[in-house]
Amino acid sequence: MKNLKPHTKHNIVTFAGLALVWIIVSVMRGQGVLGRSTTGLLVPICCYVVMALSLNLTVGIMGELSLGHAGFMGIGAFSGIIASQSLLNIIPSVPLRLITAMLVGAIFAGIFGFLIGIPVLRLRGDYLAIVTLAFGEIIKELITCLLVGVDEHGLHMIFNYRGLKNVDDLGLSPTGQVIIKGAQGATGTQPIASFTAGMLLIMVTLFIILNLIYSRTGRAIMAIRDNRIAAESVGIDITKHKMIAFVMSAAMAGAAGALYGLNYSNLVAAKFDFNTSILVLVFVVLGGLGNMRGSIIAAVLLYVLPEALRGMHDYRMLIYAIVLIVVMLTTNSPVARNLFSRWFRFGKKGEEDA
Amino acid sequence: MEFLSYLISGISLGSVYAIIALGYTMVYGIAKMLNFAHGDVIMVGGYISFCGMMYLGLNGWLALLLAMAVCTVLGIIVEGLAYRPLRQATSLAVLITAIGVSYLLQNTALLVWGATPKVYQPLIPLANADGQPNALRLFGGQLSISYMSLLTMAACIIIMVGLTMFTSNSKMGKAMRACSEDKDAARLMGINVNTTISVTFAIGSALAAVAGVLLCSFNPTLMPTTGSMPGIRAFTAAVFGGIGSIPGAFLGGLLIGVIEAMAKAYISTQLANSVVFAVLIVVLLVRPAGLLGKYVPEKV
Repeated sequence: MKNLKPHTKHNIVTFAGLALVWIIVSVMRGQGVLGRSTTGLLVPICCYVVMALSLNLTVGIMGELSLGHAGFMGIGAFSGIIASQSLLNIIPSVPLRLITAMLVGAIFAGIFGFLIGIPVLRLRGDYLAIVTLAFGEIIKELITCLLVGVDEHGLHMIFNYRGLKNVDDLGLSPTGQVIIKGAQGATGTQPIASFTAGMLLIMVTLFIILNLIYSRTGRAIMAIRDNRIAAESVGIDITKHKMIAFVMSAAMAGAAGALYGLNYSNLVAAKFDFNTSILVLVFVVLGGLGNMRGSIIAAVLLYVLPEALRGMHDYRMLIYAIVLIVVMLTTNSPVARNLFSRWFRFGKKGEEDA
Repeated sequence: MEFLSYLISGISLGSVYAIIALGYTMVYGIAKMLNFAHGDVIMVGGYISFCGMMYLGLNGWLALLLAMAVCTVLGIIVEGLAYRPLRQATSLAVLITAIGVSYLLQNTALLVWGATPKVYQPLIPLANADGQPNALRLFGGQLSISYMSLLTMAACIIIMVGLTMFTSNSKMGKAMRACSEDKDAARLMGINVNTTISVTFAIGSALAAVAGVLLCSFNPTLMPTTGSMPGIRAFTAAVFGGIGSIPGAFLGGLLIGVIEAMAKAYISTQLANSVVFAVLIVVLLVRPAGLLGKYVPEKV
């Protein structure tokens, strides 16, 4: 163990912690300690953890603010649902179909990430942020206009942008099945997502991101974040490296979206709006920019917090808002920081002296 | 004629966006922060004027003044409590705090006023006592422009001109421009930066209250989430025109309103937002700092 680099040790601890959580939760489920409502939260939590990790790649490692991350989740969710529903008879094995759906979700989100990245990555700062917001909203509205069905002849798709057509125009054979019904979203999906798949997805995502960060490419990406001009002057291809980070981030969000979409039998595109993007951004910022472990912890805590406060009814979102503001103020304001360090000095006197 | 009436409804909607965007852009210009709570101040303004009319029996104009006063105080309090401690923090930390403030305002409104939409009484009733629409008739009655639209356009132009004169001539306005350029240098020149930022927030919030009253007069359902979408549109408008620039926000607001109305009329109601955002993306690709924004090249 001693010969390992500090960050490798840190990462091993993170993975060990994840595995431990996985075992504990599985055992608790086996014993029936967790209630129905808690069990129902497990898959969404995994999805949001992956979302937070992937957004942290864009915001924390690449250093660009993205306000449209939920759009990629939406692409992943609906392409994953289409893949899963149309392969219902071709791939009967559920785990295999789930993996296929997540791969399809990741690939489609990745392709869109590339297409969106071409214009977006030319901009900087708040202008980049507003364009990602714009793309997120556009994706949501485009999905709302989709009518998709499947029968033995294959997929049927209509882009119903005037709102005049309905599912009958798809021309499905009697055995056909409608997958997406425009504004009503995906209905009648077979929910095949599982907690195991969620945990595996978290681990794979974390593995990919950590490997990227400590690779030559990752260091180049972080160099661009810290000083773009200096990075360019030592010969780093800015556009290429930013694109790598952006597409990877989009693809992982797509996989998370596919898992999320396959957790529910009904899903509307309106779910993947600006508010969801903001929710994930809050996880990333509270967890610490560029800190993957922080993202995981923040996503779990902040997703569970409103659910845990469900007993407080109308006050729960109010409390959530106050917690959010207070945490931001105490972790970022210099006054509060001084106060904290004074309090903690009593406990850590030996360290400070040394 | 049809085209003209769409154009006019677009301009009057755009005027409301422009008023919101003016507040957005002033706050951005000086505090360099995206104030996501701005949209919710609009909603608070709407509710306060609604309460003024319903429970205090004020007439529309007095209720508007009341809403402006309350929102001004609200803006100063929010700035002092939530944003001032974060002056040295990263912009993302401020952004998340603003989102927290936005949630806080929305949920407080939800607790105080409930989730059921309130029916808002427009500032100028849409129809007069005889049941005739309160509107200016042109071309022998073929084109009618409601007095509410005229009022909104006039308010927007007056506010834009007033703000331009304020920032270019008054002492406080000059202090604002100095702060937006370089806070440390402004402080060395004896400008009280904190007061200046507070005043900016006060003006922005008062404008949001005006926008709230106008918005609810057009769209008479008032809910705790009423402000979010216009807030985002106005943010788009501010960026469209070049964020930080007052004429830019005015132009951006009008254009966004007109594009939205045209898209709804001629392309698709469902995709109206997408069309607006697509135009925004194209504009930003051609002019990366917005229509009237100044592109500042980096120097090494």
